[in-house]
Amino acid sequence: MNIVFERHLNILDFTLSSLLRRKGKNLSLLTMYLMVIFMLASLVFFVTALKREAAILLRDAPDMVVQRLVAGRQDLVPTQYADSIASIRGVNGVRPRLWGYYYDGLNGANYTIVADDYMASSPESAVIGNGIARSRSMVVGDLLPLISYDKAPLMLQIRSILPSESDLMAADLIVITSEDFRTLFKFPTGLATDLAVDVGNPKELATVAAKIAQQFPDSRPILKSEILRTYQAIFDWRGGMVVIILASALLSFVIFAWDKATGLSAEERKEIGILKSIGWSTSDVLLLKFWEGVVISLTAFLLGVVLAYGHVFFLSAPLFAQALKGWSVIYPDFRLSPNVDGYQLAVLFFLTVVPYTAATVIPCWRAATTDPDSAMRS
Amino acid sequence: MVFTAVNLALFSLLPLHARIAQSTADAELIAQTAPLRRLQLTDLCLSSEARYTRHLSLADRHAPFQEHPLALEHFPSGSLILPTSQPHVIP
Repeated sequence: MNIVFERHLNILDFTLSSLLRRKGKNLSLLTMYLMVIFMLASLVFFVTALKREAAILLRDAPDMVVQRLVAGRQDLVPTQYADSIASIRGVNGVRPRLWGYYYDGLNGANYTIVADDYMASSPESAVIGNGIARSRSMVVGDLLPLISYDKAPLMLQIRSILPSESDLMAADLIVITSEDFRTLFKFPTGLATDLAVDVGNPKELATVAAKIAQQFPDSRPILKSEILRTYQAIFDWRGGMVVIILASALLSFVIFAWDKATGLSAEERKEIGILKSIGWSTSDVLLLKFWEGVVISLTAFLLGVVLAYGHVFFLSAPLFAQALKGWSVIYPDFRLSPNVDGYQLAVLFFLTVVPYTAATVIPCWRAATTDPDSAMRS
Repeated sequence: MVFTAVNLALFSLLPLHARIAQSTADAELIAQTAPLRRLQLTDLCLSSEARYTRHLSLADRHAPFQEHPLALEHFPSGSLILPTSQPHVIP
């Protein structure tokens, strides 16, 4: 047992000194490899943590949202719909919701305006998201001027600012009273943006949705399960930029593997020849190359994963934030709750370390089985 | 060797750190978002540039192309995050 261990230790020692001899080449290889693993691991961590956070945050979403469609577009819902829906057996309550978007010409930001008489409590007051407060440098007590659809200014006094921890849900949110909402958007009475339906028994949701669709053919019920599924399928690997990132990472691995599989450099062949001529067996040479692959790929894997963890959970993924932000002026300053499991790490390991190590050993086996004399002469 | 050992130690600490940080972070998240509970919000504020990426769950796949006939999707976030993958099915 000790002999085997010592053999491995000696070969590992030789491997490290051999890697250090070709410092420049191996460092550049390590950097490339590290970047690929860093990107992949960051993506896996970011998407998984975001899905988890979405599941926690959206627990309070309504059981069903009923929209009205006119010519394929969402339109305002008459509040009489709410009374009819409330009379359907199994429905606990229906709440007409008033919400919309406001474009602020001063900073070019889009706000989500929601009416809630309890939170805003008094006319011409507002509760704002932390993103808006940051963007407009506002504190509690300041006035937030909005221009109504009548071109009249609506001066809202900031009653409170939502904590930064709620940014992922409410960075761009302004909560005002329903009266102010109707004044701001010249919103007709008797209409709502959509209806939030509360159904006591989740098993009855599909039946209630079918009844609503039958009763109001122009309506579109959206179930809570669909809302949750949207965020579980977010950043689907089959579409969008995720597929580009994955394709670049996989292409990099193909290049690595191609470089390794197409053969060794003359210097490496010569080294193998010398080692064999001084008494190393084929298995020793293979072991040397195996350890070489393991040292490089494992270092890149460990460091890549640790850096990705820091990037996503300590720095809030600035690389992805830029892509997500796009042209948005308000972007949430959120810190994702760390989430790492064995499955994620195993997938990353088998996707990165194993192919590289295999690609290192195979061409060496070809070189190690040739005659040392011809290997040195080549 | 020392470098790899340090990396390995840091790597092994990740799940532990995640577990500890998660328990406090989740509780804080739930507490801090409690005032929003009554608003029954349906979406995350991942991007506020376009309404179909701000309220993903309420948007259709064709929403980006509704601005005018032959309109193309032009917001950067639209290429990264997609609306619900299945149409709103009425049983």
